[in-house]
Amino acid sequence: MSNVKPRVKVPKSAAAGEVITIKTLISHPMESGQRKDSKTGEVIPRKIINTFTATFEGEPVFKAKIEPAVAANPYIEFSMKVPGPGTLRFEWLDDDGTIYDLEKSIAAA
Amino acid sequence: MEWTRRDFGALCAGAVATAALVGRPGFAFAADDNGTQAAIDAFTGGAPVAEGGVDIGAPEIAENGNTVPIEVGAENAAAIMILASGNPNPGVVTFEFTPLSGARSASTRIRLAKTQDVIAVARLEDGSFAMARRPVKVTIGGCGG
Repeated sequence: MSNVKPRVKVPKSAAAGEVITIKTLISHPMESGQRKDSKTGEVIPRKIINTFTATFEGEPVFKAKIEPAVAANPYIEFSMKVPGPGTLRFEWLDDDGTIYDLEKSIAAA
Repeated sequence: MEWTRRDFGALCAGAVATAALVGRPGFAFAADDNGTQAAIDAFTGGAPVAEGGVDIGAPEIAENGNTVPIEVGAENAAAIMILASGNPNPGVVTFEFTPLSGARSASTRIRLAKTQDVIAVARLEDGSFAMARRPVKVTIGGCGG
């Protein structure tokens, strides 16, 4: 897949118990499966990011089940109560089975 | 191929033309006729749903229906489902929260085919359900809605 690039904004450090905002973005066309090719008239097959998950040290933090009605380059913002220093892992699951992932560490403040 | 504003508009214009052709204006746009209620029932399992208690943050008028910023939140929510009552399919996104979540709110950007109500249904931690709806006017990509 061309140029699918996940990006995440997470504070580099946070105190235990602090609530942080996490912003995520992945460049992806989110082809809805509703559109037709203007030349051939054939329906362009659906290809979207259908699931997004965030885990912290293996514990689930946040999950989104995504339908074609989410805009291209899906942006998701959510918050997390930091239990302590550790690593956040983000995964985006594509319709074609590809998993795009990214990890971010949070240091103790 | 990118999903452009022009493509989106053409798609909608086609739908309008079809509606006009068969002489039943609005047949393609019947409110809540896209399975919204079925989607709510699937989410709740038919349990009663209280009105209110869910916050939806959305622009009153969205200039571009291809990317409409939206935020939902509900206290003690375990999951929140967003539905678009006027899209070809009602489902938009379902957020699931955990004990590690901070505020039980999240935001994203969605596609709206036309002026319509955006609906958020929350499953609360005690197993009950709450919902709210919010009208959003869509100008471009919205078939003039």
